[in-house]
Amino acid sequence: MTAAPATDREHGTGRPPVRTRPASPHGDERAREYADELWTAVRAADEYSAVDLVTNALRGGLDTETVLLDVIGAVQRKVGVEWAANRMSVADEHAATAINDRAIATLPVHRPTTARGRVTVACVDKEWHALPARLLAEVLRLRGWQVDYLGAQVPTAHLVGRIHRAGSTVVCLSGSLSTRLPVAHAAITAVQATGVPVMVGGRAFGFDGRYARLLGADAWASDARGAADRLAAGPLPVPRPPPQAFDDLPHLADQEYTLVTRCARVLVRRTFQDLEQRLPAMRDYTDEQRERTAEDLAQIVDFLAAALYVDDADVFTDFLAWTAEVLTARGVPAHAVLPGLDLLDGQLRDFPRARGLIADGRDALGPFVRPRSAPAP
Amino acid sequence: MTYSPDGLRSGSTSVANAAAAPYPVVIVDAEGRVVELNDSATALFPAAHAGRPLPSPEWLTAPQRTPGATTVTGTVGERFFSARPSPLPGGRAAWWLVEETAYRSALKELEGERERTRFLSEASSALLSSLNLNRCMEVTARLAAEYLADAAVVIAPTTARKLPMVMCDRQGRLTRATVSSEPETVPGLAEALQGFPPVPSRWIDPATAPDWLVPENFGEVGSLVITPLPGHGVPAGALILFRRAQKAAFSESEEAFAGLFAARAGAAMSAARLYAEQNTVSDILMRALLPPALQQVEGVEFAGGYRPSVDTDRIGGDFYDVHPPGEDSPDTFAVLGDVAGKGLEAAVLTGKIRNTLHALLPMADDHGRMLRLLNNAMRNSHSTRFATLVLVSASREDRDVVLRLTSAGHPPPLIVRGDGTVEEADTGGSLVGVLPTVSSRTARVRLTPGESCLLYTDGVTEAKGGPMGDTMFGEQRLKRALAECAGLPASAVVERVQMLADEWIGGGVHDDIAVLAITAPRGAHLSAVDGTTRGRYTA
Repeated sequence: MTAAPATDREHGTGRPPVRTRPASPHGDERAREYADELWTAVRAADEYSAVDLVTNALRGGLDTETVLLDVIGAVQRKVGVEWAANRMSVADEHAATAINDRAIATLPVHRPTTARGRVTVACVDKEWHALPARLLAEVLRLRGWQVDYLGAQVPTAHLVGRIHRAGSTVVCLSGSLSTRLPVAHAAITAVQATGVPVMVGGRAFGFDGRYARLLGADAWASDARGAADRLAAGPLPVPRPPPQAFDDLPHLADQEYTLVTRCARVLVRRTFQDLEQRLPAMRDYTDEQRERTAEDLAQIVDFLAAALYVDDADVFTDFLAWTAEVLTARGVPAHAVLPGLDLLDGQLRDFPRARGLIADGRDALGPFVRPRSAPAP
Repeated sequence: MTYSPDGLRSGSTSVANAAAAPYPVVIVDAEGRVVELNDSATALFPAAHAGRPLPSPEWLTAPQRTPGATTVTGTVGERFFSARPSPLPGGRAAWWLVEETAYRSALKELEGERERTRFLSEASSALLSSLNLNRCMEVTARLAAEYLADAAVVIAPTTARKLPMVMCDRQGRLTRATVSSEPETVPGLAEALQGFPPVPSRWIDPATAPDWLVPENFGEVGSLVITPLPGHGVPAGALILFRRAQKAAFSESEEAFAGLFAARAGAAMSAARLYAEQNTVSDILMRALLPPALQQVEGVEFAGGYRPSVDTDRIGGDFYDVHPPGEDSPDTFAVLGDVAGKGLEAAVLTGKIRNTLHALLPMADDHGRMLRLLNNAMRNSHSTRFATLVLVSASREDRDVVLRLTSAGHPPPLIVRGDGTVEEADTGGSLVGVLPTVSSRTARVRLTPGESCLLYTDGVTEAKGGPMGDTMFGEQRLKRALAECAGLPASAVVERVQMLADEWIGGGVHDDIAVLAITAPRGAHLSAVDGTTRGRYTA
């Protein structure tokens, strides 16, 4: 296994490719310049310059929505890219997000003049990447909605309570990690059960929103602008969820998702023990390295479970390809992942769907693994 | 009318029976001209003439002219028949008419009843889904306008002078308004709002409906029904149904059905009202117990994070608080603590401790004294619970932040230095609320810009989980995590620690978790040009 520094579980599949430019999709050259400057300030952890810069951008004539999405949003996208390329540590990323958060807080407060309706914006439970949801909340406020912004990792029970209290007419849910898809599904059906439609967004739901449709969301948006435009176009239809949440996912009847999820810790422990037997080098690992290895295994099992839930190998293979890319960027050979996959495969002998996914995962690692370093099966 | 008993009696056996058949029987020739009728048929078609086609109805006469016709159905006057031909020699046909009036009306009634049951069941699930009063009113108005009337208005009773009202027209457009006039101006409305039996709609003159009650552009009101919405024993409001002038007035059965719907809507609105009332009470009581939103105070960054052990709760036995300097207390004061136990009862005690400490702020220059007074106050109350806590007094000294830290039975605060070293603050003392006397030792810590001090409860370090599921998070892991947090803003430190703990726990159970970070800002140095002045900092 990897024993490489920090393949933290808060990152994963669906990250942008390693080399992309921080871009303002709406092509405002000035916004791009401000974004480049903000990036410099964020990189230097210089909160005060960041705040000044946002103020200047507004004075210079950029409207608040452009500052939010094409300056701050663009920088935040770059943060993800830089992290994946190992040019930024996890701690740096937290710092950058904190500074962006502060920059948003300095934007002028906009009070809706005429109430367009009440929107609840939240991240699904266990989702810590709050900034995309926050940007959406701010854009909706600018466009005249009353917004109830609940922030990161909102437990579903809490979300439902807030909907009853606030009387929201629509809920926007954000999720960036595909491992949160089962939790997201629970949140979607719980909200719909209150008669309120749900729009979802974020990388977790696929670049084309395929998992949004699969999980029965009433709408999907690829970004904050798209979400705000969709809400402006008219109310979402009243949801008619199926009688049981799992009617949409008949493949779950094979219980593979349930069993893999419930036994995840045991699976990790056994695979780890097997790995110790197979790789003598592990005996010299420090405690920290051993823990990293176990964490990597746990992450593989998490993504495997998510792929079982939506019955889509892409969730698993995208994650492995992304891991390989990150490992390569950090100078760790990608084939380090393979022994873990093999041993996991051995543990899951009675799970045909899971084994199929692992086989797909091995194929996905192909391009990253040089033939001579491929381990014997 | 001619009638030839011989003809009917002398034919084949089946024809012979036809004369006495309890059904109307008409014999026609190939061109559809009447040959004979039996008694029932004569009674049914008094204008029929032998040798001519039946004068009406068309649904019967047309197939009688058509060879090979099969069963047809239609009305004769008020009655409904199905007619079946049986071929006779010579191209003639005997048409047997079977009356189905009762059967048809039973079918229609059944269909109507099914429709109503379906509507009630759909209405129930739509009404049950929301616990928000406004949403319930909207759903009620929409359903009523869609199925029961041309437009509907729902009025909720409140203690306020103005009554909230939701209107819905046939197109499903909802309008919210408030009733500023007296409900007494509408016959039957005040009664409905007070829960009296409904006034029959035929007693209400639609012309007396005031403008504010009728949806805009509705036109002339033909009839209206005012139905009370009975809640759980108390009136939950009134439902008013409108029909346009061109349409038939509400029948008694329609009024009765509106009552059935109103009972469901009233129950839902009543439940929503109870839920809202409960929430208002708990929100007000909880407001003082919720962790405060933190920010920079007097050049010192504060950030806090809180996660109760139960996801549905918002408060628990852990707490933190920050007080800016005041008249009698020159330093910023902060506290983080943990009351034995979980849930509401523990939360109530955190409120008491926070209040007591707030009152003791003028003594913040002596943490030991503060703790002694708090200990006395807690021992004198009826609670048998105890608490551990850390007191902090923070002040700026030039660009640095100087802290006085005192732990009372609590894990010592961790200091994150600029180079990533993590130290424990040298403080300790006894927990408060149990012992007659308490002692403590205060530590003095200087933070240079970018350095942080982290206060946390044991919910972090005693969190069980990890990749194998059974490992304690522990202090070493926390220190390792903090080592990566050198130079981070306070909010990023808190987010990092909370996230790691959360991931460590995974789906498992955990205790309350509270984290408070105090950071010396890294503010950019703008001008200390001559090296002697203090210089200006953006922070």
